[in-house]
Amino acid sequence: MADNASIIETRNLNVFYGRTCVISGVDMEVETHKITAIIGPSGSGKSTLLRCFNRMNDLIPSFHMSGSVLFGGQDLYDASVDPTEIRYQIGMVFQRPNPFPKSIYDNVAFGPRVNGFRGDMNALVEDSIRRAALWDEVKDRLKESALSLSGGQQQRLCIARALAVQPRIILMDEPCSALDPISTLAIEELMRELSNDYSIVIVTHNMQQAARVSDFTAFLNPREDKIAELIEFDETRQIFTNPKDERTEAYITGRFG
Amino acid sequence: MAQTLRDQFDRRMDRRRLYGHIFHALCLISIFIGLGMLAVLLIDIFLDGWRRVNWEFLTSFPSRKPEQAGILAALFGSIYVIGLAGALAFTFGVAAAIYLEEYAARNWLAKVIQINIGNLAGVPSIVYGILGLEIFVRYLALGKSVLAGSFTLALLVLPIVIIASEEAIRAVPPSIREGGYALGATRWQTIWRLVLPQAFPGILTGVILAVSRAIGETAPLIVMGALTFVPFTPDGPMSRFTVLPIQIFNWVSRPQEGFHEAAAAGIIILLVVLLSMNALAVLLRNRFQRRLEG
Repeated sequence: MADNASIIETRNLNVFYGRTCVISGVDMEVETHKITAIIGPSGSGKSTLLRCFNRMNDLIPSFHMSGSVLFGGQDLYDASVDPTEIRYQIGMVFQRPNPFPKSIYDNVAFGPRVNGFRGDMNALVEDSIRRAALWDEVKDRLKESALSLSGGQQQRLCIARALAVQPRIILMDEPCSALDPISTLAIEELMRELSNDYSIVIVTHNMQQAARVSDFTAFLNPREDKIAELIEFDETRQIFTNPKDERTEAYITGRFG
Repeated sequence: MAQTLRDQFDRRMDRRRLYGHIFHALCLISIFIGLGMLAVLLIDIFLDGWRRVNWEFLTSFPSRKPEQAGILAALFGSIYVIGLAGALAFTFGVAAAIYLEEYAARNWLAKVIQINIGNLAGVPSIVYGILGLEIFVRYLALGKSVLAGSFTLALLVLPIVIIASEEAIRAVPPSIREGGYALGATRWQTIWRLVLPQAFPGILTGVILAVSRAIGETAPLIVMGALTFVPFTPDGPMSRFTVLPIQIFNWVSRPQEGFHEAAAAGIIILLVVLLSMNALAVLLRNRFQRRLEG
């Protein structure tokens, strides 16, 4: 990378489903080794925007976009880019924990296996689970099904699974919305811990969460015509204490959304 | 106002309960009609045939003398033909289902194909017999062989396998596929390592159904020219053959009482083969399910 300040950069990003424009003109940056939160009311395109960052939207047949998304300076949507090749560098954690119906070990080993990892798999699995702060809870039951874990444990396993392929950035799509408050707290602590080594983007509908964990915050809001746009993007401190746009202020003070 | 509204309810608990009991009884009777018929059939066949079910019957070829007639040729023929047909239908059926569910674009063409696969499942089996006769026996010159019979039966049950496999594949949640893609798995890796293992129990159920149907089929094999009197076991895929239902059909249509007993015994053998094949598949399926759920 030319500068190590930003890892993802969008330029005039517009997203369409069929002929319907859902997100318009987003310019934002995700800084390296920082946590960037995307907040906004339901239907403001937060998840859609996040899924542009690892080309997950490609799975939706009617999806298309204009503008560009740069990942480490490279245009993700360039015709020469194979989405499979970039996805392993960009980990993703989903709204509902989605462990594979395999053993805990095999869940974490899945990514390295499909990517042809030739090193010490046991060590890699252990290291990944440790980084996800799950090791002490599962070290004696690695051969058990991942579905036997609690929701919070499953989500941390999904984080371990994402870490195992050595991504440079982790995208989290409302990772705590299906979890109880204690598991939520555990994931938030984990995110702070992980931000030492990884860049993180988190979509959340929970403003307190954004305020607690993130360094930067992007506020998305749909216009009257339902097309979402980026209202404000700044340091989290700024957004929550001194927002420049009145819509941001209205949202964070709970007047709508 | 509240008082008057409350007065307008006529709860009739007794009558409502009575309807419930009547419905319950009707459902129960329906079960007894179905199961009762089956039981009568099984008992009748068993009484007619059980004396003939012995080692000699299993190891003898058909004969002009009713008391010497055996099932060996038909038993081997059935196992051979059904084994091959099942393997073929499984391979092509699952592959077709994967294509339709995971690769094909969701457009009108896919819809037309989908509907027509459903239609094919309803085509009378004798039509498949004519098709088999024309294509496999004559055009591909396979003759009236085990191979031609297997191909014909495989075609016959292919729609069942495809439809069941598609449903099983569709039942795998999209979040599992997304999880795979997000880790940098290719489409093939996602299908092979995540989707198929989870769909496998459902696919196996479809194959069980399909094989159960194929094993009882008589008409298409008669049309394509399977023999009715075979004093040998098939020695290879190009050998001529007969199958259990044809042998049974042949014995039933003879005038002698002894052949009727042989037919009943043949039906018992057919049921045993069918049930053990199903049991094997169910066993496999359960083992797989346990492995997934852990």
